[in-house]
Amino acid sequence: MMSYEVVGITVLWSFLYGYLIVASVDFGAGFFSYYSKATKKNHVIHNIIQRYLSPVWEITNVFLVFFFIGIVGFFPSTAYYYGTALLVPGSIAIILLALRGSYYAFATYGAKESKFYSFLYGATGLLIPASLTTVLTISEGGYISNENGTVELLYRDLFTSPYSWSVVILAIVSVLFISATFLTFYASRAQDTNALKLLRKYALTWSLPSIVMGVIVLMLLRAQNIEHYQNILDIWWVFAISFVLFAVATFLIWKGKKYGTAFILIMVQYLTAFFGYGVSHFPYLLYPYLTIYDGFTSEPMAIALIIAFIGGLFLLIPSLLLIMKLFLFDADYVQGKRK
Amino acid sequence: MFIDYDPVIYSRLLTSLTLGFHVIFATIGVGVPLMIAIAEWMGIKRNDPHYTLMARRWARGFVITVAVGVVTGTAIGLQLSLLWPNFMQAAGHTIGLPMFMEVFAFFFEAIFLGIYLYTWDRFKTKMRHFLLVIPIVIGATASAFFITTVNSFMNAPQGFNIVDGILTDVSPLAAMFNAATPTKISHVIITCYLTAAFILGAIAAFHILKGNKHVYHKKALHLTMVSGIIFAIGTALIGDLSGKYLHEYQPEKLASAEWHLETESGAPLILGGFINDENEISYALEIPYALSILAGGTPDTEVIGLNEFPEEDLPPLWIHYMFDSMVFIGMFLAAVSALFVAMNWKKNWNAFNRPLLWAVVAGGPLSMLAIESGWFFAEVGRQPWIINGVMRTAEGATTSQHVDLMLYLFIILYAVLGITVVVVLRRMFKSNPIEHELEERGFAHKKEDEKEVARR
Repeated sequence: MMSYEVVGITVLWSFLYGYLIVASVDFGAGFFSYYSKATKKNHVIHNIIQRYLSPVWEITNVFLVFFFIGIVGFFPSTAYYYGTALLVPGSIAIILLALRGSYYAFATYGAKESKFYSFLYGATGLLIPASLTTVLTISEGGYISNENGTVELLYRDLFTSPYSWSVVILAIVSVLFISATFLTFYASRAQDTNALKLLRKYALTWSLPSIVMGVIVLMLLRAQNIEHYQNILDIWWVFAISFVLFAVATFLIWKGKKYGTAFILIMVQYLTAFFGYGVSHFPYLLYPYLTIYDGFTSEPMAIALIIAFIGGLFLLIPSLLLIMKLFLFDADYVQGKRK
Repeated sequence: MFIDYDPVIYSRLLTSLTLGFHVIFATIGVGVPLMIAIAEWMGIKRNDPHYTLMARRWARGFVITVAVGVVTGTAIGLQLSLLWPNFMQAAGHTIGLPMFMEVFAFFFEAIFLGIYLYTWDRFKTKMRHFLLVIPIVIGATASAFFITTVNSFMNAPQGFNIVDGILTDVSPLAAMFNAATPTKISHVIITCYLTAAFILGAIAAFHILKGNKHVYHKKALHLTMVSGIIFAIGTALIGDLSGKYLHEYQPEKLASAEWHLETESGAPLILGGFINDENEISYALEIPYALSILAGGTPDTEVIGLNEFPEEDLPPLWIHYMFDSMVFIGMFLAAVSALFVAMNWKKNWNAFNRPLLWAVVAGGPLSMLAIESGWFFAEVGRQPWIINGVMRTAEGATTSQHVDLMLYLFIILYAVLGITVVVVLRRMFKSNPIEHELEERGFAHKKEDEKEVARR
């Protein structure tokens, strides 16, 4: 029987993984949309991106909200540590998310297209993942001081740390890779050959950098948190599986076939790597101050949250399937024959 | 003005700013789906394309406000942890459940809103599309329900014990269903509906005043005012119960709002006026016995006065004005909608006369002002506590530097969002007036329609 602490962190980590995938698709799409506009290839992929993003953008956001509200419910002490330390990066992330979400809606529903909107949409698509990954970076320890009862973020250490920058680059590269592979799949379903060609090229461009950055982050982690690094080496096979999935998926895309399978493999690639990272981080929420066993919520609250979570899933899964059926798997809709 | 840096003050200012801005969109977000549902339902029942178009247009404007509601909701969700880490630590232990469930409710709503917006012409029957709005209404109202239980908890905390500074014996359901929950939830939800009705009504009235003769606007005004009077009566009844709740559980808040200085029975209600440092009231209107009736239902109810509380446990007395404006506006909205419905019902009276139309137009922004006043009253009236009687606001706040800088950044952000949302909404509806849209959808303007409504 898993302890409540482990159930709690697994639930939250799964939501964060969900956010990683759906948000990456969204963020990357924003960037590609802007980039293709700037390079005058706009007409090729614009429709594909619009058709996918329009119905789902809010849902993406909710995954994130789930995570940060859920973590306060299960692990209230995280509010104290991370809340105090992350005032500035957290606020910047909020501002970027706010600009992105609202200007996307303004551009999509509010009549006219504008260069400024699309620039904002593209730029925030790269800046948001960069700012959000700060949380994972500081969880490794060494970037927070906890003296005289006050928690402070050490900005200089954060900004001069090679590890922190490598994580930022990994995040951006991964966003572009995940997004490009999804959009390749979507374009192939829409039977839009021009878009497919371009997006497939993007996907292949970002495949190798994503894996190289993964290795670099691992190397730099050694200097940052040797304990975590050792734990990763202990479960090296998880990352080996992840790599194999990556290789097969990239091969399929390169060969130009089975884009759907390729995207699923890449989702599983990130799933294994993300959970491998999470398990090796265990039991720390914030190294070395906070583990999942410190200040865990009370048992009645944990049970209530888990019941609410299961009840919620019964509501959400059918709804999500419905929206996917209507917009993602409805060939007529994807091909633009239906409004 | 120069204030020494104090993270508590800046955290309070930034939270007020975010909540004050968010609540505009949250209120619309809770109230408007119900109005859309009513309009779409009428469109099907009466087989009237005007109502269907109404639902479509409201939904189109709605989604813009939802976007701002979502992003500012995300902002406040994160800001609570960033600005009030100690409070959120305590809240996570005690009242984390409804916060978590609120996200589920919103998730549910977001999914169906995405489907609803893009499937107007996709189903065989109109009824099937109507069914999609129901989860949106439920999700929106459930969001309000869950998040208001958190606010209720802050006013009437229960469902835990504190032993040597440690929270124990937590009961999430007891915390959620506290003494403040019934009145607070019903008050918040019904006033969202009322405000939504008046904002949409104000738009219709404004078009009529501008000389637009299309029957669409008359139908919209009639629909919103009939809804408005129902919600206004509900608001008044629930408001009365809220007064009784305060009397029972937060007498210091009631006494501060009403400038009720000494404990007494047969207490008068003080409206408006000024109060000086010696607590002398001038220029106020006094209604004999009214406070006793509000508090306990009878004129001889004894109402506890400010004299019974140490000054450091009392909120600032300016919340009196917040309370008064909320109540005044509520009564104004009830009167306007009642008058409209009554005049429309009498065949030989003209409900569409200019003074009444202007009153409806004023009702739109005023209803939002009442929402703001109500929330400022609720929040400032709970001071100096963040969790009433358990944690003082200053104890809950962050100790971080730079909260002031964040405040300035967010002022700019909300100004930019606020301006753009207005510009976008105006452009959206100006470039596509109803006449044009009806024609586009194959329903030309029929003269008979107008006569028929005039007769009704």
